[in-house]
Amino acid sequence: MKRILALFPIAIAGILGAFLLWGLNPDRDPNEIPSVLISQPVPEFDLPPVERLGTPGLSRAELAGNDGSAPIVVNVFASWCVPCRAEHAVLTRMVREDGIRLMGINYKDKPRDARNWLSDLGNPYERVGSDLDGRAGIEWGISGVPETFVIDGAGTVVFRFVGPVLGDEAIGKLRTALEQARANRSGETS
Amino acid sequence: MIRKMLIAVVTLTALLSQPVFAVEPDEILADPVLEERARAISKQVRCVVCQNQDIDSSNAGVARDLRILVRERLVAGDSDQEVMDFLVARYGSYVLFKPPWKPSTYILWVAPLVFLTFGGIAIVLVLAQNARRYRNSRIQAPERGANDDQKPENHSLTEMNS
Repeated sequence: MKRILALFPIAIAGILGAFLLWGLNPDRDPNEIPSVLISQPVPEFDLPPVERLGTPGLSRAELAGNDGSAPIVVNVFASWCVPCRAEHAVLTRMVREDGIRLMGINYKDKPRDARNWLSDLGNPYERVGSDLDGRAGIEWGISGVPETFVIDGAGTVVFRFVGPVLGDEAIGKLRTALEQARANRSGETS
Repeated sequence: MIRKMLIAVVTLTALLSQPVFAVEPDEILADPVLEERARAISKQVRCVVCQNQDIDSSNAGVARDLRILVRERLVAGDSDQEVMDFLVARYGSYVLFKPPWKPSTYILWVAPLVFLTFGGIAIVLVLAQNARRYRNSRIQAPERGANDDQKPENHSLTEMNS
């Protein structure tokens, strides 16, 4: 009995050490909120186009019933969001070079500002839904802009990225998610 | 006299004034009962932007949207639980300040009880041991010259305490 008790402090120190190792890991972001959307179908939403932009709006139907040719990247952006500007270049390049399908949710933005922003920087979006009051944003569970989601061919959300997709690590994560989404689809059809 | 009145006025204002809330006038419902329920719910919901604040006291845009949403659901006739479920479905149980009882939170809820139990047992054991040693030393002290042979036991005791 005494011997077992003597091991007790060592066991406690071990558990505490493991906990600290996990908790103080610099790669761990304690502010990261686990998303409930992952592996769930696309949420219910229906957004009109941005006025006089000439790009169609975005709703659940386009994402849930997408023909499965390619996964879709949904990017929540706004003209008033500074990191979005930097991210825009990355996404534009991915559309041009990787051929990703990109659709946008224009979050709480004035249509005129959104139009100007997209004409200044270019419009890489296949569709852009205008979320004036932020309701669609709540359905998607976003905490701010920018946020980026990957939807696979079956209309399931496979990936969520909070913050701008900038830098090799973030881009790498997005690419991995896109590959996974493609794999999901081929697994289903075979 | 004037001084006394001044002090009284200042004290009264301090006592009667309400703390500043993030809830804006246009959000407040006309029905005081519903508004009260909305406030109660808002206090239990975490703001996803400024994560240690509840949405009731947060000035973040999303917090405001959620406050309005909570009120809309209440006006539409939802129960408090339905409103909570609606938010949890979108933001996960992370938005609740009081975590639900489910497999991933078992440790969270049980850990304090476990610590308390083990701590209690440890205290009882240590006190019992101390009492026993005290009795022994009083009985044996006249017979033996020193208590040297008890030192190893002392040592293990300090280890257990640490």
